Amino acid sequence: MAECRGLGHSVQRKEDARFIRGQGRYIDDIKLPGMLYLDIARSPYAHAKITKIHEDTAMAVDGVAAVITGKTLEGFKLAWMPTLMSDQQMVLPVDTVKYQAQEVAAIVATSRYAAADGAAALEVDYDPLPVVVDPHEALKPGATKVRDDKESNHIFHWEHGDADGTEAALAGCDTVVEQKMHLPRIHVASIETCGCVASWNPVEGHLTLYLTTQAPHAIRTVVALVTAHLGLAEHKIRVISPDIGGGFGGKVPVYPGYVLATAASVVTGKPVKWIEDRSENLQADSFARDYHITARLGSKDGKVTALKLDTVADHGYSDAAANPSKFPAGLYHIATGSYDLENAHVSVDGVYTNKPPGGIAYRCSFRVTEAVHAIERMVDLLARENGEDPADFRLRNFIKPEQFPYQSALGWEYDSGDYGAALEKAMDMIGYQDLRAEQAEKRARGELMGIGISSFTEIVGAGPSKTFDILGIKMFDSAEIRIHPTGKAIARFGTKSQGQGHETTYAQIIAEELGIPPEDIQVEEGDTDTAPYGLGTYASRSTPTAGAAASIASRKIREKGRKIAAHLLEADEADLVWEQGKFYVKGSPDRAKTIQDIAFAAYTNHPQGLEAGLEAISYYDPPNLTFPFGSYICCVDIDRGTGQVKIRRFVAVDDCGVRINPMIVDGQIHGGLTMGIAPALLEEISYDADGNITGGNLMEYLVPTAMETPHWELGETVTPSPHHPIGAKGVGESATVGAPPAVVNAVVDALWHLGVRHMEIPMTPARVWDVLNEHGAAATR
Amino acid sequence: MSSHQISVTINGEEHTREVEARLLLVHFIREELDLTGTHIGCDTTSCGACTVLLNGVPAKSCTVFAVAADGAEVTTVEGLGNGGLHPVQQGFTEKHGLQCGFCTPGMMMTSKALLEENPDPSEEEIRWGISGNLCRCTGYVNIVRAVQRASELMKENSDG
Repeated sequence: MAECRGLGHSVQRKEDARFIRGQGRYIDDIKLPGMLYLDIARSPYAHAKITKIHEDTAMAVDGVAAVITGKTLEGFKLAWMPTLMSDQQMVLPVDTVKYQAQEVAAIVATSRYAAADGAAALEVDYDPLPVVVDPHEALKPGATKVRDDKESNHIFHWEHGDADGTEAALAGCDTVVEQKMHLPRIHVASIETCGCVASWNPVEGHLTLYLTTQAPHAIRTVVALVTAHLGLAEHKIRVISPDIGGGFGGKVPVYPGYVLATAASVVTGKPVKWIEDRSENLQADSFARDYHITARLGSKDGKVTALKLDTVADHGYSDAAANPSKFPAGLYHIATGSYDLENAHVSVDGVYTNKPPGGIAYRCSFRVTEAVHAIERMVDLLARENGEDPADFRLRNFIKPEQFPYQSALGWEYDSGDYGAALEKAMDMIGYQDLRAEQAEKRARGELMGIGISSFTEIVGAGPSKTFDILGIKMFDSAEIRIHPTGKAIARFGTKSQGQGHETTYAQIIAEELGIPPEDIQVEEGDTDTAPYGLGTYASRSTPTAGAAASIASRKIREKGRKIAAHLLEADEADLVWEQGKFYVKGSPDRAKTIQDIAFAAYTNHPQGLEAGLEAISYYDPPNLTFPFGSYICCVDIDRGTGQVKIRRFVAVDDCGVRINPMIVDGQIHGGLTMGIAPALLEEISYDADGNITGGNLMEYLVPTAMETPHWELGETVTPSPHHPIGAKGVGESATVGAPPAVVNAVVDALWHLGVRHMEIPMTPARVWDVLNEHGAAATR
Repeated sequence: MSSHQISVTINGEEHTREVEARLLLVHFIREELDLTGTHIGCDTTSCGACTVLLNGVPAKSCTVFAVAADGAEVTTVEGLGNGGLHPVQQGFTEKHGLQCGFCTPGMMMTSKALLEENPDPSEEEIRWGISGNLCRCTGYVNIVRAVQRASELMKENSDG
């Protein structure tokens, strides 16, 4: 039979046929009869009392049909909505705005332009209030209070690990390094912004929500919960997530615009579309990072011994982080990374400021990037303090292959790893020793060249139901597979691709398990009326959870297929042998029935006592998380005249376990690396002292182009996950998590001899030039 | 708001419409003609998702008024390939030059114009040529390969 092209094949993507013809169906492509458009008027102030909204000024605009304010929503108890972190955020303010660009009123009109005109025309009177933008200031006694309904600006204190033991261990170290670092606010800036089309059918009491969401089922349940008092019920809510133009975590939250479009559709009885502008997207949608970390790492006799991280987390005016419920700081306690150390303690204090709410992931699994940045920077510093090459120091201190499954000091059980192999491979690929020799020559000539390493360990695939839930819903995910009589199949999932290629990779998993070629398997996601319940795609969880569910559901089908084959072959089930795509009688390979024969018989000639049909569903509850890892080496040259950092080479060796589609895996790593160097070199959402955003559009928020992005060099090692049905671990975010400290370590390495010990990010030319100038190394004419 | 009658030839077909003076070409294409393959990714002419060919030259259609395209020939992604696949579309598919697909139409229109001007570009020339188009998914490596593959295919076609 023809090769079924399951695991390990670079199958071309099924979804590309529509994308390359411009036939993808994204949110803004959806047009319903009689549809109205919604635009949002936003606050020019970071903190202000609203004294009056002159609704008539917007209503006077041609085509404007309705103006919705916080007071309108208050009447329906919809002015506030709950966040995933047991906080609440405003849909629209009733009386006070808390950040610049906050939604103030919604304008509904007959056209996109009329809605924008209405938003521009709306006059609002404000009384500005004092602003607090620095989280450290916000924690001081007497600081401006951001939230009237809270005691202070301190949201939560969270800690994990043994504080006393770690302090004692640090006191016993012969070498301790300490460093403060800030991982600034950044934004995922997916090329498609967020939006929705809400369509309320008053006769049937039914709501259809087309939504840019990575988690359609979770959204359906949230909508049902927050609108139950208005009579909506979950069976009358259909969420459809169409093609998504990039997500990266930014399309996990519920944004006020979604609620406003829904409310507007209910009020007007017509479908209502809301599509945000890029500037609105950058200025008001959930941010990522904004962790101020104080790190200490100690060693004794050259062995890493103790890690302590104390963190101030700027959450903006509401804790709207997208974390599993029991993890206010996400999976930050992966911070011991790839190193065998016995003592660790991490703490995070969440703080309110006059900035947009958020705390999403920017292509990472819940604060893992922050943790990896801290440990990889600190290990580099500690290596040098020990007078050792950072590569040698890492190789000596890694968790060893024979220590897996490994219990980390912060309570995780790492599934598998071979960290030394990945780093040695990266060193071979880049020619590490030669680069060091070249660096020495260049340094003698006054040229600045640096080499930086990052040997990260990720934690993805949330997650096991005993600890992972969102609003109480366990973080399983699902696959439902139906085999048609002709041997073709349809498979539906609780996840939602945003470009990851699920239509292809899920089909390959099923192909591997059942021997049905990928092109014979239709994969669907994103429609809550048809797909089985699942928690969605983020945190690199699709392959670890729904991908596993695809395997398990396929195996259930195979087991039913065995009974049918036994019936057809008039053989005992126990005598049948499975070989990809068919059962045959042990010892008689010619006596065989293919999966297609079996599928046909399931509907036409099923054995007595067995139900007809051939389908299965799996809700997969992972026994553990998966722990992808890798080693990256970055080589930079720094222009002493301009401060520009040029990445000359970047080698990335990734180990994500078994690879389903190597072409897609490489593509994920390429993209992840690019989103890894972006915050290291370019991207930051910053604010002035009055809370004015200073990076709120794509002219100021610098997403890498092809010119800043190097030619990535990839390598791989394969260490399967022992608990995943096909040994896969997830790969979508590894590179974004692992890359930033490699770049920082490279730049610090280039400047080490000048006395530079740390660089904050983004390492823009201006920032680097200032450091050069401070150390007398900036070129002058 | 004044309105004007315009005629624009899009993908070989002439369309005459009465439009507001301020209507952007991208909205004319997407909303009036329902050609939704051309996307909108920003409001500052930075991302290039809306790139079309205006009289054969790549233009960001979010920054062109529809009235300014009166009498012009416009090619959008729907006009690539004439039924089959254009070498650029073939190259993007074969080399995995797209992931979410949102920047892809604009990226392909820019690539087509680049290859028509320079049939055998170096990697550096390709990178420079597409630097007005942002992609958040691919890290550009496979887009560069896609354009190189399209260049090969175009040469094969012209040799054949």
